[in-house]
Amino acid sequence: MTRETALNIVLMAVLLAVPLAAWSLDEPFVITLATRAAILAIAGVGLNVALGLGGLVSFGHAVFFGLGGYAMGILAHHAQTYTPLMTAPFTIDGTTSMPVIWLVAIGVSVLAALAIGALSLRTTGVYFIMITLAFAQMVYYFAISWPAYGGEDGLSVYVRNGFPGLNTMDPIQYFSLCYGVLALVLLGVSRLARSPFGLMLQAARQDPERVEAIGQTPYRLYLTAFVISGAITGLSGALFADLNRFVSPTMLSWHMSGEIMIFVILGGVGRVFGPVAGAALFILLEHLLGGLSAYWHVYLGAMLLGVVLFARGGLYGLLAGREVAHD
Amino acid sequence: MTEPALAVDGVTKSFGGLIASKDISLDLRPGEIHALIGPNGAGKSTLIAQIAGGLRPDTGRIWLEGRDVTGLPTAERARLGMGRTFQISSLAMEFTVLQNAVLGALGQRGRVFRFWRPVMRESDLLSRAEAALEQVGLAEFRAVRTGDLSHGQRRQLEVAVALTLEPHVFLMDEPMAGLGAEASRQLMGFLDRLRDRAPILLVEHDMDAVFALADRISVLVYGEIIATGTADEIRADPRVRSVYLGAESTP
Repeated sequence: MTRETALNIVLMAVLLAVPLAAWSLDEPFVITLATRAAILAIAGVGLNVALGLGGLVSFGHAVFFGLGGYAMGILAHHAQTYTPLMTAPFTIDGTTSMPVIWLVAIGVSVLAALAIGALSLRTTGVYFIMITLAFAQMVYYFAISWPAYGGEDGLSVYVRNGFPGLNTMDPIQYFSLCYGVLALVLLGVSRLARSPFGLMLQAARQDPERVEAIGQTPYRLYLTAFVISGAITGLSGALFADLNRFVSPTMLSWHMSGEIMIFVILGGVGRVFGPVAGAALFILLEHLLGGLSAYWHVYLGAMLLGVVLFARGGLYGLLAGREVAHD
Repeated sequence: MTEPALAVDGVTKSFGGLIASKDISLDLRPGEIHALIGPNGAGKSTLIAQIAGGLRPDTGRIWLEGRDVTGLPTAERARLGMGRTFQISSLAMEFTVLQNAVLGALGQRGRVFRFWRPVMRESDLLSRAEAALEQVGLAEFRAVRTGDLSHGQRRQLEVAVALTLEPHVFLMDEPMAGLGAEASRQLMGFLDRLRDRAPILLVEHDMDAVFALADRISVLVYGEIIATGTADEIRADPRVRSVYLGAESTP
């Protein structure tokens, strides 16, 4: 077993043990924190597919996070107010079923990622960063100025949506659900990283010219990675909105894009489990430092500087050493 | 005469006022090594880029096994059988040697958009990759990270990746650059045998290698081919001697 695998197991065990302990000690707030960490980790794992495996520095992943959130908000809003989403040409009702909401969140994110990716991937480097940011800002300002779903104030949902067989309003049950989704996403991305597609995508990150010389088109690889990445981040957005029972344009803001990127960088770019460590650390810092000072972001910033300057591989680089190429 | 495997037909390319390729025609026949030599700045890289697909010629055509590939992108030409090695190693440096070779085999096989089964367990790809590494003498380095290879070993890996493509034509841009004497000799012996599998268009600075290996040599000077012929013909050509070989001792 490599050190990275060992670290993955420890990390996932801690993320499970903390809320379970909190549950037995009747500390629902800690469970909620852990749930937040698990959900944000999913967003980071999603971004990592584009950023870590494909080398695509997307600074607009909040758009998928927010679209996932609004998919939840809008569907649940219509279901809870008993108003159809649309009536012509056919009637679509809202829903409070999480699986349906997740599918919609993923579907909307896939479409958005296809459109944004198809255009953005014609550029590279800093232009790619700026154009993804620009797309996210467009959607952000649209959400602010669109009054139908709360505009700037956002949209509240009174009861958390349901999942068959679970009481999602019970913190530990909702945590378990999110943890399960995270585990499934991690399994999928681990497999993807080692699959034919993953090998070719990582080669396209390192040397696009080489990929062309062996008969493949980098653009298609990038676009596919971008779409998968957006879909995963969109799913986490739906979970996040359901956790808060609230969705607002904040989820679409560039701060959110930055936060998701911080999870990836803190944990270790390209490490499949890296964003889990990054998101957990972020939540921990937010909680601990946030208690000390309202300006806790200063410390976060200093830490990020430290990681970028001295520990390029993030937490995983520090604890698990250089990435081992796996056969 | 049999159809050439690769033909460059009247290719011209200019950048602003600079004519990098001036009405170049050359062909590569089955079973031969055709070397392209010329002083620095003669336009060898520009010509290679037009053959491989990175650059579009202003006029003229590129034919691959009788098929006009002038308008096709690089990836398409590679799939049709153009196996290229780069002047500056173009490999995935974070991958192992074996992964780079498997990458080539995968690119050639296609069916890349598979997301679940581990690629390094696909026995058809592995056996092709390992065979290619064996042939260039890198088999024992299969688990080494490519970035940790010596310069010469990277050149060998370049050739191995080209082998996994099972190309119909090899396009080799200075495969011996930076190799030690022993490695150079080994690679020469290997290329010598390789020409029977697919013809090689060889851009090379190492004159000993060129004159020892090549069936025919074309000399490119200021974007123009001034002579094409066998090693003896090129040695005897007064124009070649004056513009190119004059300064050096002729082998």
